Amino acid sequence: MAAITMKNIVKQYGDGYLAVNDVSLDVADGEFVILVGPSGCGKSTLLNMIVGLEDITSGEMLIDGNRVNEKRPRDRKLAMVFQNYALYPHLNVFENIAFPLRLKKMPEDEVKARVHEAAETLELTEHLDRKPANLSGGQRQRVAMGRAIVRQADAFLFDEPLSNLDAKLRGQMRTEIARMQRRLGTTTVYVTHDQTEAMTLGDRIAVLRKGLLQQVGSPHQLYEQPVNLFVAGFIGSPPMNFLPGRLGDGQLETPFGTHSVKSERMQRVGKRDLVIFGIRPQDFEDASLLSEEKRQLGQTFKPTVDVTEWLGNELYAYVPYEAPAEITQQLRELERELDSESLRTQLIVALDPASTIRSGSKAELWFDTERMHVFDPATGENLTRNRDQTSGDDQAAGVSVAGPPDETVSG
Amino acid sequence: MESRRGARWWTLWGALILIWAMFPLLWMISLSFKDPNTFRSGAPTFFPKQWVWTNYDTVFSDSLFTSALRNSIGISLLATALAVVVAMFAAYAIARLDFPGKKFLLSMALGIAMFPQAALVGPLFNMWRNLGIYDTWLGLIIPYLTFALPLSIWTMSAFFRQIPWEMEKAAQVDGATAWQAFRKVIVPLAAPGVFTTAILTFFFCWNEFLLAISLTSTDRARTVPAALSFFTGASQFQSPVTAIMAASVVVTIPVVIIVLVFQRRIVAGLTAGAVKG
Repeated sequence: MAAITMKNIVKQYGDGYLAVNDVSLDVADGEFVILVGPSGCGKSTLLNMIVGLEDITSGEMLIDGNRVNEKRPRDRKLAMVFQNYALYPHLNVFENIAFPLRLKKMPEDEVKARVHEAAETLELTEHLDRKPANLSGGQRQRVAMGRAIVRQADAFLFDEPLSNLDAKLRGQMRTEIARMQRRLGTTTVYVTHDQTEAMTLGDRIAVLRKGLLQQVGSPHQLYEQPVNLFVAGFIGSPPMNFLPGRLGDGQLETPFGTHSVKSERMQRVGKRDLVIFGIRPQDFEDASLLSEEKRQLGQTFKPTVDVTEWLGNELYAYVPYEAPAEITQQLRELERELDSESLRTQLIVALDPASTIRSGSKAELWFDTERMHVFDPATGENLTRNRDQTSGDDQAAGVSVAGPPDETVSG
Repeated sequence: MESRRGARWWTLWGALILIWAMFPLLWMISLSFKDPNTFRSGAPTFFPKQWVWTNYDTVFSDSLFTSALRNSIGISLLATALAVVVAMFAAYAIARLDFPGKKFLLSMALGIAMFPQAALVGPLFNMWRNLGIYDTWLGLIIPYLTFALPLSIWTMSAFFRQIPWEMEKAAQVDGATAWQAFRKVIVPLAAPGVFTTAILTFFFCWNEFLLAISLTSTDRARTVPAALSFFTGASQFQSPVTAIMAASVVVTIPVVIIVLVFQRRIVAGLTAGAVKG
C-alpha cells in the first residue's frame, strides 16, 4: 500500500517535444485514480514515469514519501498491466503468474500457494497448465492481472488494459477490475482514453490535454462542473453541445432564438457579446411531454429535427444550425482534439423514448438555463462554474479523497 | 476436377525436382558402397552389384580423414557458438537501441557478406603466416566468424524485432534486471531465430572449402572439405573415387540429421499468443 505523489513532473523528449508538462497530482493510499485524455495527451508517458520505464526530465516522483526518480522499475514495487497483456508466451499460465516470485527466489511452496490463491480469485485454476496462445482475450487479461496481484505490490498501474477487448467483454472486465480493486484496496492508477471507463471506475479522474493537467476531481465534479470547454467536451456521451451566442441583460441569444433568463449564475457572468453555451444532450426534453409546471422552469424553442435515432431507452435527435465562422473554426479544432469529427454544426438532443418526434418534423424542445454552462470563447474557461460546490462529490466508494478535491492547472 | 488436376501437376513437378536434386546424392551413396577395385570394370550399373563396406574402413583407418573430421567438428562448433553469442548481442542492440551510425553499421555488415572471399585469401595467407596463426584452428575460426556474423546479425535482429517491447518492460516491472529480462524472456522467445542462425552458420563453416584449403597445410587444422582433395586410395594404384564418396557420405550425414531434428524448431514461431492477434 502506498500513496503516489507527483510534483511538477515534466517529460521532454530529445527533440524538445513536451509530452508531460508540469503535472502535480496526489494519489492517496488505496485510491483509484484515472488518467484520461485523447491520444497523445501524455497519459501513458506519465504512467511510464510512475513505474520507471521512462526517465523524468524534471520534477519529483514520491512513493510513500520516498523519492523514486532514480530508482529502477524493479526497485519500485509496482505492478503493471499492459495494453497488449505482455504475457510470456513460452511460459504456461502458472509460470506467467509466478514469474515475479521466481525472480525474487521465493521458496517453491509459497510460490504455489500464492499463484493458486491468485488463480482462484481470477477463476483461472483450470487454465494453469495452458499456454497464453490457447487462451481467450479475457483470460489473457486475467492472467496479466494475476501477475500483478501475486506480487502484493504497493500499487497497480493499468495502461489501457481493456482497449483490445470487444465491447461486451470490456464491460465485464471493467466491473471485474473495480471489484478487485475494492477488495484488495490497492492504490491504482489507470490510464484510458475511454470516458465511460473513466467515469465508472475512478474515485477521481485527472483529465490531461497536450501534457497539461486540466482538471482533477470526482466523476460528478467533472460532469457537473467542468473547468473548461475541453473537459466539458471530453466527459459525457454523447458529448456536450456547444452553441455560440450572446449574453445580454437578462436574456441570452442562441442560434435558436432569444430566451430570457433570471438566473443569478448568468448574471454573475455579466454581459458578453460572444460566448459559447454548453448544454448536455440529456438536459433537453420534449416540451410536449412535460407538465405545465416544469415547462415554466425552463425555456422552449421550436427547431426542425433533421434526423432521429431511437435506441429503446433513449431517443437522439439531431438539429443542425448555422454558426458564425470564427466559432465554427474553434469548435472544429476542439473536436479534432477530442478525436471526433462531425461534418456540420448540430445540436444533439437526448429525449424520452416516448417522444413522438420523428425525422424531418418540427418539434418543441425544452431546456433548463440553470443546467447551462457559459464558456469564454477565447480561453475556453467555464464562466459559470461554481467553485464552492461540493454537493456532487462522489463518496460512494468509501475511500477518502485526499488532496485538494478539485485542483486545476490553467492551460 | 480442375483443382484435382492442378494438384497432380504440383506433385509431378515436385517429384521431378526431388529426383533432380537427389540424383547426385544417391549416386554418391551408391558409389561409396562399390568395390574400389572393380567399380570401373564391366558394364556400369547405378546400384553396386555387390555392397561392400571397404571404403568406409579405408576412410576411417586413414588418419588424414579422422583428424580432418575432428578439426571440422571442432572448428565449426566453436565458430558457430562464438558467432551466435556475438550476433545475439549485436542484433539485440540493433533491434532495441537507437544509436548513431546504426544504419551505416548494418549496411557495412551486409557489404562484408557480399565481399568475394577469393580476394581475401592472398592477404590473409600472408598475414596469418606473420601472426603465426597459419594452419591453426584460430586461423580458420576468425575468417569464418567474419563471414558468418553479418548474416547472423541480420537474421537475428529480424527475430528480435518481432518480440514486442512490452515483454521486456513487463519483465522489468516484474522485478527482473536487464540481463534477467534478456535471458529469461527475450532469449527463449528468440530461440527459433537463434537456432536458425546457428544452423546456417554451422553449415557455412562445415562446407567451407576455399579458406580451409588456403589457410591450412597439415593435419593440425585441415577440415574435411579440404582433406577430401588429398585423398588417395588404399594403395597408389587404386582409384580414390569410392573412398572420397564414402568420406563425403560421412560428412553429409550430420547436416541431414541437424536439418531433420531442427526443422520444426526453425519453422515454429514461438511468439504466438504473446499479444493480441
